[in-house]
Amino acid sequence: MSGIAAAGSLVIPPLLHSCNMSRLSDNAESYLNHFEVTRELLQKVISAAMEKGADYADLYFEHSLNNTGALEDGRVNSAYTNIAYGVGIRVLKGDQTGYAYSEVVSEEAMLNAARTAANIADESGKYLNARVTELTAPSYYAVRTPWEDYSVREKIPFIQRMNDRIFSADNRVSKVNVYLNDKTSYILFYNSEGLLAWDYRPLVYLAGVCIMEDKGRIENFFSGRSFRKGSEFLTNELVDEMSDEVVKKTSLLFEAIRPEPGEMEVVVGAGESGILLHEAMGHAFEADFNRKDLSIFSDKMGKKIAENFVRIIDDGTIPGNRGSINFDDEGNLSKKTVLVDEGILTSYLHDRISSNHYNVDPTGNGRRESFRHIPIPRMRCTYMDNGPHKKEEIISSVRNGIYVESFSNGQVNIGQGDFTFFVKFGYLIENGKLTKPIKDVNIIGNGPQALADIVMAADDMLINDGVWTCGKNGQGAPVSMGIPTVKIKKLTVG
Amino acid sequence: MNTKEKYDLADLVVGHSLKSGADQVAVTISDNRSTELEIRDQKIDTLKESNRSNLSIDIYTDKKYSSHSTNRMKKEELFRFVEEAIAATKYLASDEFRTLPDQELYYRGGGPELNTMDPKIDTLDARTKIDMANQSLNEAYGKDDRIISVSSHYSDSISNMVKVTSNGFRGDSGSTRISVAVEVSVKSDTGRPSDYWYENSRFLDRLKKTDIGKEALGRALNKMNPGKIASGKYPVVIENRVANNIAGPIYNSLSGANIYQKQSFLIGKEGKPVTSSILTVYDDPFIPSGSGSRLFDSEGLASEKRAVIENGILRNYYIDTYYGKKLGMKPTSGSSSNVVFGKGQRSPQEMISSVSKGVFITGFIGGNCNLSTGDFSYGIEGFYIENGKVVNPVNEMNITGNMNTFWFSLAELGNDPRENDSIMIPSLMFKDVVLSGI
Repeated sequence: MSGIAAAGSLVIPPLLHSCNMSRLSDNAESYLNHFEVTRELLQKVISAAMEKGADYADLYFEHSLNNTGALEDGRVNSAYTNIAYGVGIRVLKGDQTGYAYSEVVSEEAMLNAARTAANIADESGKYLNARVTELTAPSYYAVRTPWEDYSVREKIPFIQRMNDRIFSADNRVSKVNVYLNDKTSYILFYNSEGLLAWDYRPLVYLAGVCIMEDKGRIENFFSGRSFRKGSEFLTNELVDEMSDEVVKKTSLLFEAIRPEPGEMEVVVGAGESGILLHEAMGHAFEADFNRKDLSIFSDKMGKKIAENFVRIIDDGTIPGNRGSINFDDEGNLSKKTVLVDEGILTSYLHDRISSNHYNVDPTGNGRRESFRHIPIPRMRCTYMDNGPHKKEEIISSVRNGIYVESFSNGQVNIGQGDFTFFVKFGYLIENGKLTKPIKDVNIIGNGPQALADIVMAADDMLINDGVWTCGKNGQGAPVSMGIPTVKIKKLTVG
Repeated sequence: MNTKEKYDLADLVVGHSLKSGADQVAVTISDNRSTELEIRDQKIDTLKESNRSNLSIDIYTDKKYSSHSTNRMKKEELFRFVEEAIAATKYLASDEFRTLPDQELYYRGGGPELNTMDPKIDTLDARTKIDMANQSLNEAYGKDDRIISVSSHYSDSISNMVKVTSNGFRGDSGSTRISVAVEVSVKSDTGRPSDYWYENSRFLDRLKKTDIGKEALGRALNKMNPGKIASGKYPVVIENRVANNIAGPIYNSLSGANIYQKQSFLIGKEGKPVTSSILTVYDDPFIPSGSGSRLFDSEGLASEKRAVIENGILRNYYIDTYYGKKLGMKPTSGSSSNVVFGKGQRSPQEMISSVSKGVFITGFIGGNCNLSTGDFSYGIEGFYIENGKVVNPVNEMNITGNMNTFWFSLAELGNDPRENDSIMIPSLMFKDVVLSGI
């Protein structure tokens, strides 16, 4: 619901700026104005945060406007908005973290929070203010029309269109729910090294749920898309594509069975099956787990962990992608980070503490849910590059197994390596052919084993733009994923 | 903001909303203060102090509905926020079912003292909190050569809220919570198993402060070098600590929203058997100091103790005002308070002793349940049982079934409900459960 939300009055267009060392860009100045702070005040708060002898401190200002329009019973008949505003103050001493936040950005409140966070250190330190330097960051999500300039009146026809198209596609449709959520965040960052950065982060998702009833049976399916884009995201083509997809999948579920439980060959389809990478290895590559020696991959750096054709990447630089960030929430530039190259583990995903611990360059993975949270290593868009095989060749190589393509959720146990992902839709493979549709089955395996068991990978890599939110330490982070068609030698199917 | 200031601000916002064109409005103002402390290997890893506030407002105008929240509490900003919210609500489609609750259903005062607030928690200093975390950590730290890491987590929280509606509800509540948890990771030939233990309470003096680290360490060591067993049908005992995972889809299927959306396997089952006849579950909001205790729910509806399942028969759904009107059902409450399972005679160890070949499930990992059909499949870990004894740890297995039939295979309830949690569920024994492994 645009227009409702602007608590501050300023809308800042995400223009590229040039960095001048002696003065701040107009954009940086407008972010300072937005949060009603000055450079001098930032320095004063940082000084307070550093007064007990800390090594480092940072300030993370956030103003987020969140709007949802919801359709039920054929009409867009409810709407929800949320405003979150405040500053998080973090103080580091070695690998120890002190954190406090304030929802009031006054000098007194910020100094109080800074002194609370400062207590993680217990010496009397001498901190000299650093010279303010503005970060020049690329823009991976330039917005044509900001959500603040797009009224709920303009959004309603797209939401309505999805409902109408789904209902008209199949007379078994009995319920449709559609949600459109847009979030706009203004971020201002400043640290004890003098780095000042600002970002304008749009995030949108559209999701539809279709319920069909047929001869007393009920099936449901879900379709969602998410990007860091402005209102140009909403097109009739997108709505139609999602509607057709959800109708087709829901209707196939009436024919779907649940496979016999046990171990079998599993072929994961291109795109959404990237959840395999996210759960089986992505989390275990996060360097906080590794620096604490808690991950099953803690002693695998530089070692061969997969076939030669396996190349896995965590990329925060894909234009408009849900997982992209211009810089992470610690002021480090986003990157395309190669985790596994030619089957060898080449990098973890780092935050500031872990990159110092391992003495490596930051990878730009230090992310936080909001100003109320401590940044930790998080994935962005995690995908596997193309392999040497063909999809048909992979499927025809399986005598008895399953092919899976749609998922709802997954989880991993970092230390033991057990991971799961829940299959909403797929097919049995019998004698090299896709046969009956399957549904609602959990797959469980061991991360390092599954990675080593990737025996074939096709050339059809696809990034999935679904609505994926990764949870870790109670913090949610928007992510995405991708993978080509891949065969895993053996997983337990429940 | 103290309680009086919250009422004053809520009254102001309600008044301004009605003046600005809203027909009905509900305003909730809440705040929460908390400390989260993690000590890892005898060093403070993180110390976080939180202090948050929120104002949320439900607006009903011309039979149109929207809901908004903000942490910007300045009066002028709130007024503009409300005016813009009302203006935008007018673009929505109307919905005749959207109204505030019927006044007769509101809590009107005079309820029992629930004892949900411990003033002592507000007086604890950082040193005391650190000492508590350290005490639990030291029960495990350095106690075994195979330990990789021990981390101890202290947390506390003090919450207060006030709710005012334009049709006469006024209510406030406060609660405190304190907890200590320890996680231990150990090194084995095949990986780095970890496990945890926690204790929590609303009151500092009632918090169990011992055997947290020790329990976590014992559990981690027991999980060394797990394997999986053959797929098949087994009796299982599910430990109280995680039994709620398998019961969750029942509560989800009882919600009015899910019933209306056909995302429930319990539609039309009121008065009919839905589980084995040994199961009785109450929703009891009045348990003194209970985790989910309350005099009114989030809409202001007066709390009532209700049977959810009685001897296996479904007695009550969780119905809020909106879905009550849509479904033609009387509102109960849209959310659970304390969910109290009946308990049995035997401990989980005694139940295990009667199993010849089966699995003791101590953890769930991932998986899901299709609420429309009741089909479920979850990852599990635990222990293989042979001849009444726990033999070795198992992992990488799934438990699979359909909720409509699975709950009829409930054979026994343990005597060990976790009384400090809002879901007071004991260990559960089921027979003939499908597990997938090798």
